[in-house]
Amino acid sequence: MEKRFVYADNAATTQVSQSVLNAMLPMFTEGFGNASSIYKLGMDAAKTVLASRERVANALGAKVNEIYFTAGGSESDNWAIKGAAENGAKKGKKHIITTAVEHHAVLHTCEYLEKHGFEVTYLPVDEYGRVTAEQVANAIREDTCLVTIMFANNEIGTIMPIKEIGAVCHEKKVIFHTDAVQAVGHVNINVKEMNIDMLSLSGHKLHAPKGVGALYIRTGITLPNLIAGGAQERGKRAGTENVPGIVGLAQAITDACKDIDEKNAKLSAKRDRLIEGILKIPQTRLNGHPTQRLAGNANISIRGVEGESMLLMLDLNGICASSGSACTSGSLDPSHVLLAIGLPHEIAHGSLRLSFDEDVTDEDIDYILDVVPNVVARLRAMSPLWERICKTENLNPDGTPKE
Amino acid sequence: MIYSEKVMDHFANPRNVGEIEDADGVGEVGNAKCGDIMKMYLKIDNGIITDVKFKTFGCGAAVATSSMATELIKGKPVEEAVKLSNKAVIEALDGLPPAKLHCSVLAEQATKAALSDYYRRNGIDPEPIVGKIEDCEDCESCGI
Repeated sequence: MEKRFVYADNAATTQVSQSVLNAMLPMFTEGFGNASSIYKLGMDAAKTVLASRERVANALGAKVNEIYFTAGGSESDNWAIKGAAENGAKKGKKHIITTAVEHHAVLHTCEYLEKHGFEVTYLPVDEYGRVTAEQVANAIREDTCLVTIMFANNEIGTIMPIKEIGAVCHEKKVIFHTDAVQAVGHVNINVKEMNIDMLSLSGHKLHAPKGVGALYIRTGITLPNLIAGGAQERGKRAGTENVPGIVGLAQAITDACKDIDEKNAKLSAKRDRLIEGILKIPQTRLNGHPTQRLAGNANISIRGVEGESMLLMLDLNGICASSGSACTSGSLDPSHVLLAIGLPHEIAHGSLRLSFDEDVTDEDIDYILDVVPNVVARLRAMSPLWERICKTENLNPDGTPKE
Repeated sequence: MIYSEKVMDHFANPRNVGEIEDADGVGEVGNAKCGDIMKMYLKIDNGIITDVKFKTFGCGAAVATSSMATELIKGKPVEEAVKLSNKAVIEALDGLPPAKLHCSVLAEQATKAALSDYYRRNGIDPEPIVGKIEDCEDCESCGI
């Protein structure tokens, strides 16, 4: 098959779409005014920011004054969690509930709070990476000030039962924050119907540029100010607005939230064909939930090969992908998510994440299905681990059981 | 993270991949838990390494350092191969990212493990010559 370029790492970041770029470009040149200035150029910028805030609010079923623009998902997570913790501490509530599979922006923030006298419960997940509302209900205590649980997992794509978790939190009057960086624009979200008090989102996961995001904060919750300074973001996050970024985010979220169900039906059909194809390779397994998962996410573990070398080999073939191996995590341990769903280290090291947007074509899928088995065969042929697996489990070199 | 062109070349076109059936020395280091295993096979005639092959389970740097280590010792007398250091492997590859330095240590250890096996087969205690092969679990470089 002819070599082609396939970007299959949309969970890492996305290309800025033409529609987003078109919306942003005038803001760099003609519409460059400071939204705090009193002359027309400034006022126009302020109007643009307001209109963008409305668009983001509409996409989430929120009110316009509940949307705060930030520099991205990690900032939103930090603000929501540290802010809710600070508020909680004032009332003597210093317990936080989260899960074992959160993004590091949440996990490391929780670890930081642990060093500052907070107690954090990390709920274990099932084999698919989910927690239940019941687990949350059972973990909530008198001194719980915050529940923070991701909407959809960035690695394995599993979607959490957010609405049910939100209902439990509301019943017990505990603030519920969700890191929805991977979910916004890919899953239908309504913060009111889903009982969400705070929600983090990031622009660059949905075809807006890097460096812009938002935090939805329900009316009635007053977080401490994140950045002291001017009156921007109602005084809560000072700093001259990133008007092009904000416009880009608003355009991207509007585009992404259009016909989500229709787009997901098409995308998940392609994704499922890819998963079925890769699982034909012996000694492989799907990670994450088979149906309750993001339409664009495929995560598969391949025994006997190491993730990073798989990624480099795929890259030589024009395919950009990701892995949960230790070598790609910058530590000795493979992904905490894969370990949390119960995978042994050896299998977690050999994980491959392919994440798509709706532009992926059948030809792209065909190409990946052509390349991956060859890459796996090549790496297995030089893997002493694979040699050992075949010997101890009586397998042929291709992984099929010996007669 | 950035790999040098040499690292990418040795990853994409690894030298001396495979096994030697009648090897005179075989060494294996690393473990599946850490995500790196290197196995090295040596053919030695009259004290000269006439052939060397390797198999590696691991990242790009693990493959590249194994490949480079085999190149550096091929055709050399065993006394010289014993002196192979991870630094020499790093230099020959035009450097490694800091997080990958432990791969070069593993390549050195794999070479030494294979040479130790060769000495043992010839009734010679390898430890005074080759030194102690650290267990991967104790390898301080992993903390790098």
